[in-house]
Amino acid sequence: MLKEGYVRIPSGCAISGIIDRTGRLFSGQSITDSIATMHDRSNGLGGGFAAYGIYPDFKDYFAFHMFYDDLIAKQETENILKADYIVALEEKIPTRKTAHIKNAPLIYRYFAIPKPEKLKLSELDENEFTIKFVFNINSNIPGAYVFSSGKNMGVFKAVGYPEDVANFYKLESYKGYMWLAHGRFPTNTPGWWGGAHPFNLLNISVVHNGELSSYDTNRKYLEEFGYICTLQTDTEVAAYIFDLLLRKHGLPIELACKVVASPLWKQVERMSPKEKFLYTNLKVIYGRALLNGPFSMIIAYGDGFIAINDRIKLRPLTAAKKGDMIYVASEESAIRQICKNPESVWIPRGGEPVIAELIRDNEKEMYSTKEVTA
Amino acid sequence: MSLSYLTPEFKVLRDYDKCINCKVCMRQCSFEVHSYDEDLDKMVSNDMNCVNCQRCVLLCPTQALTIIKHPQTFKEHANWTYDAIRDIYRQAETGGVLLSSMGNDRPYPVYWDKMVINASQVTNPSIDPLREPMELRVYLGRKPDRIEIDENLNVKTKMPPQLKLETPIMFSAMSYGSISYNAHAALARAAEELGILYNTGEGGLHKDFRKYGKNTIVQVASGRFGVDREYLNTAAAIEIKIGQGAKPGIGGHLPGEKVSEDISATRMIPSGSDAISPAPHHDIYSIEDLAQLIYSLKEATDYQKPVGVKIAAVNNVAAIASGIARAGADYIAIDGFRGGTGAAPKRIRDNVGIPIEFAIAAVDARLRSEGIRHTVSLVAAGSIRNSADIVKAIALGADAVYIATAALIALGCHMCQKCHTGKCNWGIATQDPNLVKRLNPEIGYKRLVNLVQAWSHEIKEMLGGMGINDIESLKGNRLMLRGIGMTQKELDILGILAAGE
Amino acid sequence: MKKVYVKEEVCVGCRLCEVYCITSHSKYKDVLKAYKLEPQRPTPRIVIEENRPVSFSLQCRHCDDAPCVKSCITGAMRKDPLTGVVTCDTDKCVGCWTCVLVCEFGAIIRDVNNKVASKCDLCAEAGEPACVKNCPNEALVYSEGGISV
Repeated sequence: MLKEGYVRIPSGCAISGIIDRTGRLFSGQSITDSIATMHDRSNGLGGGFAAYGIYPDFKDYFAFHMFYDDLIAKQETENILKADYIVALEEKIPTRKTAHIKNAPLIYRYFAIPKPEKLKLSELDENEFTIKFVFNINSNIPGAYVFSSGKNMGVFKAVGYPEDVANFYKLESYKGYMWLAHGRFPTNTPGWWGGAHPFNLLNISVVHNGELSSYDTNRKYLEEFGYICTLQTDTEVAAYIFDLLLRKHGLPIELACKVVASPLWKQVERMSPKEKFLYTNLKVIYGRALLNGPFSMIIAYGDGFIAINDRIKLRPLTAAKKGDMIYVASEESAIRQICKNPESVWIPRGGEPVIAELIRDNEKEMYSTKEVTA
Repeated sequence: MSLSYLTPEFKVLRDYDKCINCKVCMRQCSFEVHSYDEDLDKMVSNDMNCVNCQRCVLLCPTQALTIIKHPQTFKEHANWTYDAIRDIYRQAETGGVLLSSMGNDRPYPVYWDKMVINASQVTNPSIDPLREPMELRVYLGRKPDRIEIDENLNVKTKMPPQLKLETPIMFSAMSYGSISYNAHAALARAAEELGILYNTGEGGLHKDFRKYGKNTIVQVASGRFGVDREYLNTAAAIEIKIGQGAKPGIGGHLPGEKVSEDISATRMIPSGSDAISPAPHHDIYSIEDLAQLIYSLKEATDYQKPVGVKIAAVNNVAAIASGIARAGADYIAIDGFRGGTGAAPKRIRDNVGIPIEFAIAAVDARLRSEGIRHTVSLVAAGSIRNSADIVKAIALGADAVYIATAALIALGCHMCQKCHTGKCNWGIATQDPNLVKRLNPEIGYKRLVNLVQAWSHEIKEMLGGMGINDIESLKGNRLMLRGIGMTQKELDILGILAAGE
Repeated sequence: MKKVYVKEEVCVGCRLCEVYCITSHSKYKDVLKAYKLEPQRPTPRIVIEENRPVSFSLQCRHCDDAPCVKSCITGAMRKDPLTGVVTCDTDKCVGCWTCVLVCEFGAIIRDVNNKVASKCDLCAEAGEPACVKNCPNEALVYSEGGISV
């Protein structure tokens, strides 16, 4: 059977996300409890977490998390890594034996920064440089896969139920200010760890429940901008689109959301002339970046996350707030499990994002205003 | 005159039990097939002249007429076919190039019919377009790589001009001269009603139709007929016609007898003079010359109008299209070898060019690999027969399609392929005032609107089935297609998987 | 009142209006039977003017102050005060042709076989004039107050 990346596999899922907007760190236990509540939404064929704020000692280093099928893949990857990067620390990611987690690959992490002379030679910034490195490993080294490449953050994923994955990676021992979780229900048994979610590139991590009908359109659009979609998953495409819009094109988050879940033309027609001009041109330029088909997804980007549905809301997404904590999940139960008395619970409308960011000096309220009370 | 070896191609069957000698058939046939014989007190037919346009069949008040393929055959021969032999008789008689009209009618494979479309089941809900929003609007034109906005959300990017289409269908170029005034009237009015565009073709824009300017694409072809400042500025867009799918590499010739006062004024040539479109533009012998013309036209219209380029689908279409995109065209229209024409040498029509399915797939792939696909729009033309063809064309990489033959069929064309005679009994491909009257633009425009609306409904249904609610998400979405009965090479060129994969 | 108007510019000169006028005023009301079975088929009640490419069918204008009604010597020609339709009562008509003479439009036809005046009655029995209903190019319009161009 073809491994993920050579064949496209639709899947259903559970997603959950938590942020403490004050930046206070909390352990991975909450997110584990939350996602475990939605056990029935996944089928044991993929679970994973993204944790932000977990590597404060190495916050200026790219934290590469790697899966290796064998030592040859590891050796080849390290040759490339060490040629281009100064590696401050390399180690096996600590795991514990867990009953339902089987066939684990070699799992390593590296804290590294590009060598200044290599960076200068490449005429790229360190992010571009690192993306190129990640693409190179993932498409050219058989049996090696970079599954996390951000700073002061890390992705942990495996084939298994999410609560077992958390146990396997000892997530209760990590402390972060923002956590995402994912439980997967794929429609085959790929058995490949790289296929689990979250999907990550630099500081962007995506957990996603849905199937993009627009996959091939989005993918081809991205390829024109130099992205290489190695996984054939919707999540990968969604992550790259946000990377393109937010990082490369510098769009504000709200507008990036209006690209992936564009307002309907009849809504645009009713806007003020200035808005109409903006939204029309946004669609004209980024039509092929529209994510079409059912999805709910959470995109974390370091400073916060966006939780968003497709524009006609074909997948579930609920949000809640208590103090400085913001919760989003596929089901309300997954929030109430870890937050008994939320101040408010709401169901965001299709295409209307929930944006939750760390509190900064120029604080502004960024929650979705168009909401339905749960 | 010596004996002609040609026998009638069709036979008129008249049921005399039903014929009431009303002579409607006689009055309607421009080919003079039917006549009334006073001695016999009967209507009689001259089968030799019949082209099977079926005007008489449909107007006969008692359904007394049937036209059949003439049963007269040659001794069966798989190589020396009926057409092969007759073409030789015809050329031995006349010494001339065989003329024909409409598109290639040879039995080449129709690749549209070897592709099937995907639908959602379980993992992805299909969408009911009657209950959920479903958007078909597209914009044609050059697109910048990215949008730039200031902190107050004002758009800083200078947007190139765009053509708004409410549905991804346009009426393809057909000149006034090749088709009638009434046909143009119907197309222009339908385009306005539908929020799409029609194309004047290379014969200029009649002054009566200037009012439809915002729904008009004007053509600048090698003959430069009717081109002046007002012509260019009246239109929504300008299209440089390099070639046509029905006759790649060939120019055009509207005989002087068709150049009436009205056509003379519209084309800006003396009435009664032959209107010759040279095979190439004599100021475009290379791609850099095309760039010059594109920018001349942009200058002339103050960079307010998209300038597109139409080419025939030929072997090297992908590289040519890439050159055109880089020469500054806002859109590229590609016309496949089944595209129609008002007149073409039969051998050219039937043997030159490649199918639009391959051409659009190759061009889309080529532009993507060069990273410029998103900057330019692609229009597929050349025998789009129904809404499924449109869905497939867009999934292969087109932004929109041109339809012309289908539009004419909606107006009454019966595909008799005799446009070049100028005797079109349906009032379409003719300038004879007696015949032009037969196409009532009032009826014609409604039929065109009906057709495009019907197709749009069907496109929405198919999109909904795929779980897509915006035509944008179908563009280049080749995973939505699967091939049946094709070789691996054909599948690879189309960039699709085989059914079951 | 509703009258039949013609869009000359789209009249194709097929004369189907004539065929259906005859049929509409025949015994059988069927094209085939009207032409095949009736020994004396009705005279058409419309006139077709033709000078190619111009062609159109002409039928009674049902004038307000109809000269044919005024001049009728037997009172056969009358205008219905309610509907405004001008009809000829063929039982009373003696075929003097005065009406034919005075009609400004030339819309009254001599039915020589029956020696009566024949003219458009707007297919009073059928509701809608047969010529309008069967015009293949919508060149004939049955409307109140003419046609807008």
